Amino acid sequence: MSAKKLNLKDKYRLLTRDLDWEYSYADRKKAFPYEEFEGIKITDWSKWEDPFRLTMDAYWKYQAEKEKKLYAIFDAFAQNNGHLNVTDARYVNAIKIFLTGVSPLEYQAYQGYAHVGRQFGGAGARVACQMQSIDELRHVQTQIHAMSHYNKYFDGFQDWTHMHDRVWYLSVPKSFFDDARSAGPFEFLIAISFSFEYVLTNLLFVPFMSGAAHNGDMATCTFGFSAQSDEARHMTLGLEIIKFLLEQHEDNVPIVQKWIDKWFWRGTRLLSIVAMMMDYMLPNKVMSWKEAWEVYFEEAGGALFKDLARYGIRMPKFVETTEKEKEHISHQAWWIFYNYGHAAGFHTWIPSDEEMDWLSEKYPDTFDKYYRPRWELAKKMEAEGKRFYSQALPQLCTTCQIPMGFTEMDDPTQIAYRSSDYEGEKYHFCSDGCKHIFDQEPEKYVQSWLPVHQIYQGNCGGASVEEVLRDYYKLNLGADNLDIKGSPDEQRWKEWKGVA
Amino acid sequence: MSVRAITPDYKVQARDRVENFHGNQIVYVAWDRHLMFCAPFAYALPPTMTFAELRNQVMPEAFGLHEEFTQINWETATWLLDNQPFTPDLNQSLQAQGVGHKSVLRFQTPELTGFQGKAV
Repeated sequence: MSAKKLNLKDKYRLLTRDLDWEYSYADRKKAFPYEEFEGIKITDWSKWEDPFRLTMDAYWKYQAEKEKKLYAIFDAFAQNNGHLNVTDARYVNAIKIFLTGVSPLEYQAYQGYAHVGRQFGGAGARVACQMQSIDELRHVQTQIHAMSHYNKYFDGFQDWTHMHDRVWYLSVPKSFFDDARSAGPFEFLIAISFSFEYVLTNLLFVPFMSGAAHNGDMATCTFGFSAQSDEARHMTLGLEIIKFLLEQHEDNVPIVQKWIDKWFWRGTRLLSIVAMMMDYMLPNKVMSWKEAWEVYFEEAGGALFKDLARYGIRMPKFVETTEKEKEHISHQAWWIFYNYGHAAGFHTWIPSDEEMDWLSEKYPDTFDKYYRPRWELAKKMEAEGKRFYSQALPQLCTTCQIPMGFTEMDDPTQIAYRSSDYEGEKYHFCSDGCKHIFDQEPEKYVQSWLPVHQIYQGNCGGASVEEVLRDYYKLNLGADNLDIKGSPDEQRWKEWKGVA
Repeated sequence: MSVRAITPDYKVQARDRVENFHGNQIVYVAWDRHLMFCAPFAYALPPTMTFAELRNQVMPEAFGLHEEFTQINWETATWLLDNQPFTPDLNQSLQAQGVGHKSVLRFQTPELTGFQGKAV
């Protein structure tokens, strides 16, 4: 008689938690040295409920199926010159930001989950993190493949990993993940699994993927669908980690709240790049950033925090600021890139008259009053043949590393200035949120690798900005950077489309 | 508050200490309510530079893009140094009048209201 086939539940148990063992002669604390220093108290790891009911063999089978379909579509996209079906050459610049700013974060997530997947004492948490780690590696690979087609036809895609590590504005996403990965394992999960993947991910993923769908980009859109079921699993890990920590010990509550406050604010700052992408970069708009924030954070997040209130968790600190910021942040962010378009690895432009009318309609209280005049000035100067680029480097926020372009939300013509003194040095911030984060852990942020200061310290080569851009960032000057008007990207696009 | 670190007595050196700037110090300069410039500018300047040199030789390159720059009446313009009212002495060095490493200098020109009078 052949051996009886295991049922799914037994198989799952044997291939996950049953792989764990008791420590009889080694010191358990030494085996898991990262587990206590954050102050989190775990009384019983067996209470962990596995968010992914998947074993490795099922995982491979499932992912391989998805992969087959995905690569069939990538092939079809390439063979049919799919890049010609996007709405406009401007659209591709959103994808450049994705490849240089977001895909490397998938790789950082892969490394981060691999690390914490070793460090938790509970086998359930280790297995979940290892699974997610593999997912993240798959995401970075499939994203690279999805976007590689564009590299053959457009500028700015050629050296994205190098750019991620060096280019000034990419220090914003890079430092976000460096911050999370240099934290302890529990904070990493609250930062990435909960605050980012659970609370904010829809504001990253949905805009990019529906943006792709609305703008004829089948490759990116299909990648999005293929990653969606993984993202759903990642969200359940986010929810499990928070419930588990809060149920394990009441002393965990204030620590978790502190991390939620920090990572919610870090996340909103990171998303300002998505905000400008939605409002300014997509030729066919999906919805405004303000609408996305209302749907995906205010409604969905509001319900979540109501649910967490029974554990003593409140809404993240500074959430009231974000209610005002949703009216301003996209405009201020795109203006930063318009100012520094000579130093960016993608193209910038003035919104068309039609687009400005759309912005007026979507932002009736702010666009005409504060932002249309900025674009009118840009238009006037462009018409006079003086498309302007800022001629000096900008001051950066020490925490989020974004140029200090955000204003007081109650006085939107006044740049917001916040500062702290620490051990005799001054530090500057764009907002109360960024200042608060610094003040909680100054030892961490005094190490911020601020691109502008690094240039002035001589750590980025070159005596001139041009040399830094060309030799240190490896931008193809005159092709990757500057306005879309007159760019090789635009020229080629016109030739393909047969327009003069 | 301080960071919870796994390393006992976690001590680090600030990355942007003045001695890392090869004799210069960082000074940030902004023209309030002129948001053509998206953010304050960061300059690396010798602490011995006079205020006149900063205003007349360093600032015009970037600020001069604004059509109102040449209309500024420096006699009536007001200044803030690290958020405190400040009267610059043109002939003194930055250092001598308290403009230190990572100081923020902001100036106001209320009669110049920016492009279309909209603080741009």
